[in-house]
Amino acid sequence: MTITEIQNEIIDEFGMFDDWEERYQYMIDLGKTLPLINEQYKTQDYIIKGCQSKVWVHAEMNDDKVKFTADSDAIITKGIIAILIRVFSNQHPKDIIEANTDFIDKIGLKEHLSPTRANGLVSMIKQLKMYAIAYQTQLN
Amino acid sequence: MNDTINHINFDVESIRKDFPILNREVNGKPLVYFDNAATSQTPRQVIDVIVDYYTNYNSNIHRGVHSLSQEATDLYEQARLKIQEHVNAKYNHEIIFTSGTTHGINLVATGFSSLLKPSDEVLVSALEHHSNIVPWQMLCERTGALLKVIPMNEEGELVIDTYENLLSEQTKLVFVNHISNALGTINPIETIIKKAHKVGAAVLIDGAQSCPHIKPNVQELDVDFYVTSAHKMCGPTGVGMLYGKEEWLRKLPPYQGGGEMIAEVTFEKTTYADLPHKFEAGTPNIAGGIAFGAAIDYMNKVGFDVIATYEHKLLEYATAQLLAIDGLKIYGTAKEKTAVISFNIEHIHPYDIGTILDKMGIAVRTGHHCAQPIMDFYKIPGTVRASFAFYNTKAEIDALVQGVKKAKMMLS
Repeated sequence: MTITEIQNEIIDEFGMFDDWEERYQYMIDLGKTLPLINEQYKTQDYIIKGCQSKVWVHAEMNDDKVKFTADSDAIITKGIIAILIRVFSNQHPKDIIEANTDFIDKIGLKEHLSPTRANGLVSMIKQLKMYAIAYQTQLN
Repeated sequence: MNDTINHINFDVESIRKDFPILNREVNGKPLVYFDNAATSQTPRQVIDVIVDYYTNYNSNIHRGVHSLSQEATDLYEQARLKIQEHVNAKYNHEIIFTSGTTHGINLVATGFSSLLKPSDEVLVSALEHHSNIVPWQMLCERTGALLKVIPMNEEGELVIDTYENLLSEQTKLVFVNHISNALGTINPIETIIKKAHKVGAAVLIDGAQSCPHIKPNVQELDVDFYVTSAHKMCGPTGVGMLYGKEEWLRKLPPYQGGGEMIAEVTFEKTTYADLPHKFEAGTPNIAGGIAFGAAIDYMNKVGFDVIATYEHKLLEYATAQLLAIDGLKIYGTAKEKTAVISFNIEHIHPYDIGTILDKMGIAVRTGHHCAQPIMDFYKIPGTVRASFAFYNTKAEIDALVQGVKKAKMMLS
């Protein structure tokens, strides 16, 4: 699936929820099921420091696609990470670079990607794109 | 609803009518505001003063010969007198208007740069806000003086025995907050000041958290510097005060150069204005200063004794209700504390609890509360902090307790 297709799928899924509680419960559950990052990458080298919650991200490239794994110490942050990983992982670097994150607004989670939220997610998206740029350079 | 507490008839519903913001909704729910230790809300009486200033008096102070400037100057200087009276300073020129607590601390720390030498020592408490740590670290970097830390215990109290051992003739300055912003501990500042003075050290007390609850008496305390912010005590943001003993304020060099702080300027030499203007360069936050005075009037009208008694009841009630939640731990259990509860629930990140509470219209603070050393002490990433004010109610605490229970259920 393309990034846009996955984003549309997520928008549809969130459309089924009636209120914030269902949306958040879904995210919390997603957070719990997020495949954890390999412990060896949960170090200072891979950390993205938010003021409130920490985020770790690791990337590798197989068959010209970037695979991301990530983790956080806060579960709601982790739930959003799970969504971002679903959108961006296993995609071509070029597609990751060009993708936008407007879908987050459409699923009612805009506040979590505010730069003042200090949960590390804005920096995480920047980091995902940086990895993609680096891998794209390797492909060129 | 009248809330009779210790024979004091305190009509909290009538008080709440003074605070327009308490009527608003957040995320479709009535606002429950428990982030008072960060910023208190502003009563109509203070908002009106700000509007009145810009409607009727707006002009620059201290220099104009015209009537508006005179009237604005009078109002501003009256506010200084109100602050002087509030903290019981000996002279009104010992009250310096600042932009807030952080500004006051930096003013003193910068002033001491020329008074310290490399063998000197300064003591700071383990309970400090970053704003009462970083300026002193910077001072020590500039002067070569040594920064030492007064440790805390598990309850969140300062270890006074160790403090005594740290004091020596090398100690030149001691910095302690009156009340810890992260834990609510009321520090024994009378003892701390007395002991510091015995070795000839000056003491700065950060009163940002105490002024909403306690009326400080700077003469009785014999404190050298006392700083606070208006926005913690029903006043506007961007204004605060530094109290300094006259002898110290004369000793310290000016902090910033500019208008207002000069007596005479030539390109060869400038002579500085007398106190308090020596430390008040530039056009100040005039409306803010006047409104600061109005905030003090407002709080005095409610009464600090009544406020302290009522808030203590809220604290006791909230503590008991929250502790009934399985897995909830309160950090900071000092015998003497104000209406601040810092807590965590086992295996749940404070950020997650704060996020769920926000969805329910409940405003709390989460994180390290600008006091990372305290979080390091407890080996936690942060806490959820609920801080109460006299306009909060038991019903709001019930809402918080329900919210925490719900958050726990969703997040477990």
